[in-house]
Amino acid sequence: MKIPMSWLSDYTDMSGISPAEYNHAMTMTGSKVEGIENPGDNLINVVVGKILEIAPHPDADKLVVCQINVGTETLQIVTGAPNVKVGQTVPVALNGALLPDGTKIKTGKLRGVTSAGMLCSYEELGMTEADFPDAEYGILILEDSLPAGMDIRDVFNLNENIVEFEITSNRPDCLSVIGLARETAVTFDRPFTLKQPAVKGAGGDISDYVSISVDDKEGCMRYCGKVVKNVTIGPSPKWMQDRLKACGIRAISNIVDITNYIMLEYGQPMHAFDLRDLEGNAVNVRRAKPGETLTTLDDIERTLDESMLMICDGKKPVGVAGVMGGQNSEIKDDTTTILFESATFNGALVRKTARKLGLRTESSARYEKGLDPENTEPAILRACQLVEELGCGEVVDGMIDIRGAEEEPNVIPYDADRINSFLGTNIDKAFMDKTLKALDFVVTEDTVTPPSFRKDIEGFADVAEEVLRIYGYDKIPSTLMCGETAHSVKTPAQKLEDTVRTLLCACGMNEIVTYSFTNPNLFDKLCLAADSPLRNTVTISNPLGEENSIMRTTAIHSMLETLARNRNFKAETAKLFELATIYIPDEDAGKLPEERKVISLGMYGDCDFFDAKGIVETLFEVVGLSGARFVPESENPTFHPGRFTSILVGKKEIGVLGQIHPTVCDNYDIDTEIYVAQINLPDLLTYAKSTKTYSPLPKYPAVTRDLAILVDDTVLAADVEAIMKKKAKKLFAGLTLFDVYKGKQVPEGKKSMAYKLTLQSMDKTLTDTEINETIQEILSALEKELGATLR
Amino acid sequence: MKEQLLNMKEKASQALTSAKTLQDLEDIRISLLGKKGELTAILRGMGGLSAEERPVIGQLANEVRSFIEDKIEEQKKALVASERAEQLKSETLDVTMAGKKPVIGKTHPLTTVLEEVKDIFIGMGFSIVEGPEVEYDYYNFEALNIPADHPARDTQDTFYINDNVVLRSQTSSVQVRVMENQKPPIRVIAPGRVYRSDAVDATHSPVFHQIEGLVVDKGITMGDLKGTLEVFMKTLYGNDAVLRFRPHHFPFTEPSAEVDVSCFVCGGKGCRVCKGEGFIELLGAGMVHPKVLERCGIDTSVYSGFAFGLGLERIVMRRLNIDDMRHLYDNDLRFLNQF
Repeated sequence: MKIPMSWLSDYTDMSGISPAEYNHAMTMTGSKVEGIENPGDNLINVVVGKILEIAPHPDADKLVVCQINVGTETLQIVTGAPNVKVGQTVPVALNGALLPDGTKIKTGKLRGVTSAGMLCSYEELGMTEADFPDAEYGILILEDSLPAGMDIRDVFNLNENIVEFEITSNRPDCLSVIGLARETAVTFDRPFTLKQPAVKGAGGDISDYVSISVDDKEGCMRYCGKVVKNVTIGPSPKWMQDRLKACGIRAISNIVDITNYIMLEYGQPMHAFDLRDLEGNAVNVRRAKPGETLTTLDDIERTLDESMLMICDGKKPVGVAGVMGGQNSEIKDDTTTILFESATFNGALVRKTARKLGLRTESSARYEKGLDPENTEPAILRACQLVEELGCGEVVDGMIDIRGAEEEPNVIPYDADRINSFLGTNIDKAFMDKTLKALDFVVTEDTVTPPSFRKDIEGFADVAEEVLRIYGYDKIPSTLMCGETAHSVKTPAQKLEDTVRTLLCACGMNEIVTYSFTNPNLFDKLCLAADSPLRNTVTISNPLGEENSIMRTTAIHSMLETLARNRNFKAETAKLFELATIYIPDEDAGKLPEERKVISLGMYGDCDFFDAKGIVETLFEVVGLSGARFVPESENPTFHPGRFTSILVGKKEIGVLGQIHPTVCDNYDIDTEIYVAQINLPDLLTYAKSTKTYSPLPKYPAVTRDLAILVDDTVLAADVEAIMKKKAKKLFAGLTLFDVYKGKQVPEGKKSMAYKLTLQSMDKTLTDTEINETIQEILSALEKELGATLR
Repeated sequence: MKEQLLNMKEKASQALTSAKTLQDLEDIRISLLGKKGELTAILRGMGGLSAEERPVIGQLANEVRSFIEDKIEEQKKALVASERAEQLKSETLDVTMAGKKPVIGKTHPLTTVLEEVKDIFIGMGFSIVEGPEVEYDYYNFEALNIPADHPARDTQDTFYINDNVVLRSQTSSVQVRVMENQKPPIRVIAPGRVYRSDAVDATHSPVFHQIEGLVVDKGITMGDLKGTLEVFMKTLYGNDAVLRFRPHHFPFTEPSAEVDVSCFVCGGKGCRVCKGEGFIELLGAGMVHPKVLERCGIDTSVYSGFAFGLGLERIVMRRLNIDDMRHLYDNDLRFLNQF
């Protein structure tokens, strides 16, 4: 909200307060100042001049040379404007002048003739056609009564500090000059003067002109109406137009400008109807009937529904309550009798209607925050007072005032000690009393009652804040909490996450963070079956766009997108991980989904399947998960059918690992082999044994034997190794598969696997006989169970 | 014979001095002291000596032998040393060439800075809690004193799943969950993702992270809130950081404050970054609204509390001087590897 400082000083004393001081002090008491601007700061050294002489330019047909009296001297200025005449009063930018568009004016020569400045158009002065609708093209011609040498900012009242406030939603009372003047007065400890508007009245009786009824008293808590007759529509005076303009509102006509002026000054939106357009001379506040329409003042036909509160005449809607008036009853040039409306509408209702109509106005923005019914009467009286002051109509005696249920005042217990101990302060009770009174609270020894315009004050804590914000937040002494010494450690799940991150970074992987909502087309990109359970998602009903409309059920998509992006940026190798959350909907749609954390790994470049698997195995080792099995599967359409494994603990799948199917890679425009894994973090926590214990170091030497066996191509290393381990029994101390060979000297359909097997006893040095016996047992078991032969 | 021995000593001394390799030395040792060497040959003549001469010559022979042995040893050391020196010289590296760096990964900047924040609060006795991102309207709004028609709902541009379920627009939702499940004293921070319907640009993202703080105990004051946040900020930004508390409005705290920190670029003098104010908005905070406490069954005549919420992205961007929030979610390795 923008307000000129001079308007505030109608209600309080602003003398001696610098803009910087004002900015800081108001911000610190809760009326945040966004900035203070003076439009005159960008318009310097432009004065009123009188054209004394005009002579042709010796070397240019289209230029003329003027002699101009600028008060202190006569200057020679060259201009090309077609509309200059001797005797005119014009704006003159002097040598060194600054114009609002940033132009700096200097004395110079135009076609050899010295020009000591520039004559200005209204555009060059930063104004628009709306400011001078009748001005002809060229130099702006000013009124002859203005003295030569007068600063142009004073002519147009531009030398004015305009404060822009950011008002929080709980303070609709501060969306007004009076509200902010009150805050200013309290902040600077100065008097605040609010006079009751005085209306002389011109006799007559309002009830002879109009009847008003309110059907929906919950939607309309108060409706005040006043009639003005013998209205003369015309422009409002310059001072009023200047103030409206400073606040960002366009001047229209005296009556409309008065309603806007009141909205700014009192924070009470008003409307004026042309009384002759109200059929039956009646106003009826009711909900719209189905099918009713209204063309609003912005020339758009609105379709109404029963949820919307309307101002109607005897037959039809003439305005959307609290939002915008209707074109059918607007003020026209020949309007002679008007009805002023000053009403309080239900904030939630106005908010909903404005939203439905897509029409948020200065008026609706105020109503939706909840306005004070007690403000309607002073506001409408002030409007009538202005009508009389401006001499643009005669105010008919009497006011129609229809009220809903009156609210009980909120009497709040008041205990200065409790306030101090809550805030950690030591504020004088006298200061509290004085502050609350200045804020219009009724203060007794042990209660306070907030004014009707402060619906935000509900209880003790609100009162404490009122005192504190005027006292100064910066004066609260900083303390450290007392009380029981709190003891805090990370939970096992939090520690596990730390461990996983540390380990994966040590493995050379970079952590990524990706969006958790994503594009529903991901399932097709991942080639998932139409009935894949992953397609069952938590879906956002009002997404920003299709591409961010579902909560992810897999982290693989985000990983592939990130890998693709890096590939695209020419990263030769990428090894990435994410601790991602996936969202698994509950069968009961009313319940919240399961939010499951997964470890997502992805890599390409200098790596293969076994690099990826090695990282997963290392991860399991570090967190203490033993007994995970890698079971080959070929049915997952996202993965390479021959390079995919599901990771099981017992029968429970805790994750997957594999190479991405080339078709899926194509879908992501990735031209290289990609390896990914996704592991459920909670399962890791369940199955991992986090405490590790010491095993004695062996005292007797270990023996290694190389075994090369010939098996069918389909035989799995895991099966071979399980037999070796089982048959070596207690002597087993490790094995390494160091070569797998197919080709020459190996029959078709077979492969040779070369193992280095380590045997060791904790009790003695093994003899050859013992070793050979064990090896023999292993070999015969391999032969029996897998058809393996020793090469 | 004495003559012979002295001669031999002289000759040996010269030969040894001019020996160039360990093999030369060994050859000389064998030719002089070996079984078929010169000394043995000379000593064979001992039989012809008189009883007086024999011990004298014997002693001399021993002296010559040990002289030669010592000399050989000495020469050997010198040769080994020079050979090693030679070898080392040949092994000289250009030590200015680049080292071979092990490949290590980095945590994401959001994680790195969040860990710092967590550490500070753990040090002050706070526990870390989490709450759901897909949340009931009740926890995100209702219970935080933001009823259905509250204007604050408009400004938050919330994503809805259905009428009762939203993507939480603030980590404050965790406050109520904690108070429902835990009796005071409560001291927690709740970091996590929040969602708002903001289009992506340099300073906005529809997904971002907040860190919520909540303390409820007997006798907790606004001064405690100030003190706690000061410790936090000074630990994070250094002892020069100045905090400014000013009144604000949040439906779930009363009194409410917006907390600004002195501008990290100009230090409070006013510059382009802080728009001349000298301060930058950092977080919202306040005393937990009595209605919120009461709704969670906490007796406000005994307990009071404070809460605060800060944006992680803002802290990360400021700390690492990142000018565009999109970098944080693009995960470009050229970006990630900078930290």
